[in-house]
Amino acid sequence: MMAEALARQHRIALTGNDAVAYAVKQANVDVISAYPITPQTFVVETLSRYVNDGELNAKFINVESEHSALSAVIGASLAGARTFTATASQGLAYMWEALYAASGLRLPIVMALAARALSAPINIHNDHSDFFGMRDAGWIMFNGEEAQETYDLTIMAFKIAEDPRVLLPVVVSYDGFIVSHAITNFYALNDDVVKEFLGVRTTGPRIDSDNARSYGVLALQDSYFEFKRQQYEAMENARQVIQEVFKKYGEISGRNYRPLKEYMTSDAETCIVAMGSTVGTARHAVKNLREKGEKVGVVGILQYRPWPVKEAEQLFSRFKRIIVMEKVMSPGARAGPVYEDITATLYPNYNVKMIDFIYGLGGRDIPAQGVIDIYKRGKELADKGKTDKAYFYGVRGE
Amino acid sequence: MSTTVTWREIDLGGSVAGGTSEKYKTGNWRVERPVIDYEKCVRCLICWLYCPEPAIIRKGNEVKIDYDYCKGCGICAEECPKKAITMVPEEI
Repeated sequence: MMAEALARQHRIALTGNDAVAYAVKQANVDVISAYPITPQTFVVETLSRYVNDGELNAKFINVESEHSALSAVIGASLAGARTFTATASQGLAYMWEALYAASGLRLPIVMALAARALSAPINIHNDHSDFFGMRDAGWIMFNGEEAQETYDLTIMAFKIAEDPRVLLPVVVSYDGFIVSHAITNFYALNDDVVKEFLGVRTTGPRIDSDNARSYGVLALQDSYFEFKRQQYEAMENARQVIQEVFKKYGEISGRNYRPLKEYMTSDAETCIVAMGSTVGTARHAVKNLREKGEKVGVVGILQYRPWPVKEAEQLFSRFKRIIVMEKVMSPGARAGPVYEDITATLYPNYNVKMIDFIYGLGGRDIPAQGVIDIYKRGKELADKGKTDKAYFYGVRGE
Repeated sequence: MSTTVTWREIDLGGSVAGGTSEKYKTGNWRVERPVIDYEKCVRCLICWLYCPEPAIIRKGNEVKIDYDYCKGCGICAEECPKKAITMVPEEI
């Protein structure tokens, strides 16, 4: 890292959850509302301590449910506040109708999601069912692989959300327990650097008695569609804004983010696609496979919505085989959501053989050997042309 | 709301300027219109009290239906103690 960039930050060891709380404190939010749920609880526990100890001048609103938490944050955001909430699993499911209100009202709310499986059966461990469940709610969606990415994305989330060309809520997801509870070293920007980068919120809706407006209005056949079309455009605008924010953040921090993270892809014939902490495991597996002469690389998904169409098209059209690893199942679908995003991106000009693997549900462990197994089986299935369905890995009976 | 406004210029996030509900004439939702027989009307103002819109305009003790906003719910006719209000089908 460049000496100038180093001077702007400090090395710190925190859990993923505390890294998020630290970023939110530095972002100097005005209002936080959340309801505790494993494995997210420590985010808001730490934030409430910051508020109590006077380290963060914010209003912390205790509520009785996640539905109320997001609703409280929606109200505060309409009043012009910089706002934050955090949740996981059932909590996110309970927020569902308010998710659409937040994006439809064009509120720059930032939410942390410690990704966790959905009930039933009840399970507190990591998969991506909650994250993909909010796919069409109109939120910008990022996934941090470890504490560093999650911290950086949380800071950048406020900048992206509040850009006047965007004004949409942003979710920053990271793997429950694996990232949320593991203590790791990372670089945090100094307080004054974040302050200068983010400034104060000046954009978006702001309830003002001198300039009275109605929010949350009824819009029927004659206008609802226009509001939604405009919201769709905001997500399209976000592509450019995210690129700009990544660039500016890179200049400050020395960490240059891209929507899709590549590892050993330049001459790869086969590409393994993953999201979350598995990306690191897959890199390790690929390093081993490369030593044995396998031409394989990894693509990690950092930005899921807006889906980076151009980047994905350029990248994925290069490979002979793509093996998608998904920690989510979409019962009855052709395959998982990421598989479908990639095929839709490449259509109709592709010769790539694509294989989808559902793995790791409910926190089922995925060691490097698991990725190697998936690669070997995926390669074989691809070469036999058996691409007609999604496959399972790591479940007894397969 | 004007039906000529496109998605490019429509206000952000489904918000509208204050006071615009007056421009949103809801009278065309009506299937039946209330008609007051002023011969029978005793100016008790019960209809004015009960109208949920409120689409009954009162001046002193005189009442008049505001057909720009009356949705034709019929509560006034139901509540009138003198049966002075009749619901008449709207012509299509």
